Parts: sequence; structure tokens; C-alpha cells
Amino acid sequence: MDFLQPTSLSEALAMKAERPDATPIQGGTDLMVDINFDRARPSATIDLNRVPELMDIEHVGSDVWVGAGVPYLRIMRELQSDAPGLCMAARTVGSPQIRARGTLGGNLGTASPAGDTLPLLVAIGATAEVASSERGRREIPVRNFIIRPRHSALESDELIVRVRVPKARGPQQFGKVGQRNAMVISIASFGLAFDLDQRAVGTGIGSAGPVILDAPEANAHVAEVFSTEGLWDSAAPLPDGVAKRFGELVGQAASPIDDVRGTARYRRHALSVLAARSLKWAWNEHRETTKGTRA
Amino acid sequence: MKVTLRVNGQTVEAEGVWPGASLLTMLRDDLELPGSKNACEQGECGSCSVLMDGELVCACLVQAGQAEGRDIRTVEGLSGEGDGDVGDVQQAFLDAGGVQCGFCTPGFIMAVDHLLSHEPAPSDETTREALSGNLCRCTGYEKILDAVRLAAERRADGSAVATTGGAQR
Ligand SMILES: Cc1cc2nc3c(=O)[nH]c(=O)nc-3n(C[C@H](O)[C@H](O)[C@H](O)COP(=O)(O)OP(=O)(O)OC[C@H]3O[C@@H](n4cnc5c(N)ncnc54)[C@H](O)[C@@H]3O)c2cc1C
Ligand code: FES
Ligand code: FES
Repeated sequence: MDFLQPTSLSEALAMKAERPDATPIQGGTDLMVDINFDRARPSATIDLNRVPELMDIEHVGSDVWVGAGVPYLRIMRELQSDAPGLCMAARTVGSPQIRARGTLGGNLGTASPAGDTLPLLVAIGATAEVASSERGRREIPVRNFIIRPRHSALESDELIVRVRVPKARGPQQFGKVGQRNAMVISIASFGLAFDLDQRAVGTGIGSAGPVILDAPEANAHVAEVFSTEGLWDSAAPLPDGVAKRFGELVGQAASPIDDVRGTARYRRHALSVLAARSLKWAWNEHRETTKGTRA
Repeated sequence: MKVTLRVNGQTVEAEGVWPGASLLTMLRDDLELPGSKNACEQGECGSCSVLMDGELVCACLVQAGQAEGRDIRTVEGLSGEGDGDVGDVQQAFLDAGGVQCGFCTPGFIMAVDHLLSHEPAPSDETTREALSGNLCRCTGYEKILDAVRLAAERRADGSAVATTGGAQR
């Protein structure tokens, strides 16, 4: 096994182009487990820890660009107001030791539908910027990043550079169901984001299908009720039944399977509950803050 | 391959390291520092916890070469020079009965020392969260929480002393 250690993005991309078989390593919290257990024997690893371009957090207009190599711990410290939902999701990843090392680049790179930041990134309409030395940069919506479990839209000469995170334009929520509090792979997970400017709702569903899903009908239902009832302007309490219906529609959008972690029926139910609860929590939080600013 | 790094304040070199090895394997097998324990090799148990540039990480998930030039602190760095010397967090674990089989202990010691250096008087909730990446199969955690409180109290009132020569039970 070769160990390659580039110190700039262009060097890293040149190495990846020359050695398409080489496996990038960032925090190692997914890859090292596979190497330790002999499930992966890459011919080479490319250590991305010393590529400064991947460590940046940059605010540009209405977006925050989060480097693929920024660990969760730093996301939680620095992006609380711009990306509250992402911070919530990051806080649920593994344990303090895992959050000190694990990154968005790795969560995307692993391409697991159980990746906990992905539902939230889908809900807010985030995109992954990837690059190759030959073709330069391109953006892939996170929604389309996973093609099937363990397979992403990344070409063999590409690296993930950063993630475009639109700054929060309303309340956000993330929730997951697992077997205990710390360190569990989720049985179902759900991200929700209100966009009060566009008067829209975004969703992302994890661990309940081969890829991360969204629930366009559920989103449209809430947006429509809110428009009919004038909630976007009044910030009045949620009308009866909206949260329940939202939950049902989210459950229907999922395509879960039975596996060791849970049955498809349980997952659908759990998602409905998570979604209904997230909607209530997010909207109540919004009402609290608007009350605060009006007072 | 050869890896040069700082461990517990000293620059050390490990030669002939297999590139796929973890920092944990390099510490234990190549640098002869067996304090960090290998229990799961998958980030679940925390018994391999070390500080890398001041952050608490699982040494089993850091690829050896990633530690090149980094500053690593292991449990060996928290005890004294002599055989049997223990640091203040270790002494608190012994006094509170937070050690049974002892396999998880080095990882807990690192996590608690890290916690107390950032948060000298943590609430139980903060402690539980900070130790959520460390598993113990023996103590049921209550005595470990006692040990954290004891270590925090002793640091606060200045009675924290590293003990030399043979751990007291
Ligand atoms: C004990 C434990 C608990 C965990 N709990 C959770 C959890 O609760 N939720 C969750 O979502 N995950 C969890 N994980 C999985 C893991 O921590 C996350 O997926 C994390 O985000 C991976 O990031 P990393 O930087 O460590 O990835 P790495 O292991 O370094 O890389 C993972 C994959 O991504 C690729 N990759 C990394 N960076 C790039 C890049 N810039 N460009 C191209 N490819 C890249 C690598 O080649 C590799 O295939 C857990 C892992 C452990 C060990
Ligand atoms: S051995 Fe590293 S976490 Fe268990
Ligand atoms: S004392 Fe035995 S595992 Fe903790």
C-alpha cells in the first residue's frame, strides 16, 4: 500500500488522476474501519488532511462553502446560526472522538443512505462541488450524489472539494431514530428546512431507501396550507392535522427495506412521527423567535 | 515507511511502519507505548483515545502517516516517570473505584483529562456527553462519574497531586 500526502488541491487532483485506484482518506472514521477489518486494501491512500483548500469555511453571499475536510466539531462550533440543521445533524454523528475527525467529504464519499448529514443537506438544497485536474470543477446536488449504496456520482479522477450550504432562511430540524443515544447507525433519519423567503419547505429522508430521498408532495402540502391559511405572514399556530398529514406524506415518500436494524413498516412509521414532530418543533421555534423580535 | 511525530512532548521516529497501519498500532507495536488499548478497532469503544493536536481522537482510526509531524499525547504522558506513578485523574479513578478490569481506563483517563482541561467543573450531563465515546463493560459508569467529580474537586481546591511510587488502593 502506498501512502500519498499532497499539500495542495492541485497536487491532490494530479495524484488522483494518475492513480484513479487510490482511495482518499480524510478523517478515516469510515475508511480505517474497513482497512482494520481487511474489508478494504486500497493500493494507495491519498491523505487529504494537509490540503488547506479542503479546510476552509467561506461565506459568499447567501451561501456558506464548507470544505470537504472540515471536521464536524468545527462545523458545530462555527455554523450554528447559518446552518442550524446541519449542526444538529453533526451533533448526532458518532461520539466526540468521531466528530473531531469525521467530515462532510467523508459522509458524502461513503455514499451511505444512512449518512446523517445528507438528509439535512438535501432538505436545504445543498450541492457538492467536485473537481478533477482535467475537467475542473462541477457541482452535484447532494440529492443526486448517491447513485446506489456505496456508489456516488464521483468520477474516478475526482475529489470532493467543498459543500455549498445555503444559509438558513427559516427554522430547520434534524432527527434520527436509532437504538440508543450515542454512536448508532440510524434506522431512519429526517431533515427539514423552512425557506421563509421562498415560502417553501424542504425535506430529506435518510436510511429509508437506496439513496437519500425527498418528499415533494409533503413539502407542497405544507406550503399550500400555509398559503391558504396565511401562516407565512401571521406565524399563527399550526392548523390541526397539518403535521399529521405531513408525516403521512413523508412516510409514503420513503421506500424502506427490512433489515437487521428495523422493518420497513417500522421505518415508515418512525419517519412519519419524526416528520410530524420536526414540523411542529420547527414552526414553534419560528413563532417563538418572531414573537421575540416583535416584542 | 518512516513516520516522525511528537509523542508526549518528545520527537520520535517509527521505522518500517506498514502504511495501512493505524496510529494505534504504530504507538503500541512500533513505539512500544501499549497504554492506549486496542479493543474494537472500529471507533466504538474509545479505549484507544489519544490527543492529536489537542483534540480527542480514536487512534485506531488515524492512519499512521496522517500523524506525521503531529503532536500526540497518550496516557503514558499523564503519569509520572517512575513505574507505578499515576497522574491526578488516574488517582481519582483508583480512589473512586472507577477501575475494574482496567481495559477501558486509559481511554477514559484521556477523555476525562481532556474534558477537565476545557471544563474544570462539568455538570454530570456534560460529563456523560464528553464520555459518550468511551465504553466500559465493568463499572456501570457510576464510579467513573464519581471519579470525574473527585478529580474536578481536587483540581479546584488544589489538592490534586500526582502520586509517585506504586498506585494506592
Ligand atoms: C464509531 C462510529 C460511529 C459513527 N457514527 C456515525 C453516525 O452517527 N452518523 C453518520 O452519518 N456516520 C457515522 N459514522 C461514519 C463516519 O464517521 C462518517 O461517515 C464521517 O462523515 C466520515 O468522514 P471521514 O472524514 O472520517 O471519512 P473517511 O473515512 O476519511 O472517508 C470516507 C470515504 O469518503 C471518501 N472521501 C473522503 N473525503 C473525500 C474527498 N474529499 N473526496 C472524495 N472522496 C472522499 C474516502 O475515500 C472514503 O471512501 C460513524 C463511524 C464510526 C467509526
Ligand atoms: S479500539 Fe479504537 S475505538 Fe475501540
Ligand atoms: S473497567 Fe473493565 S471495561 Fe471498564
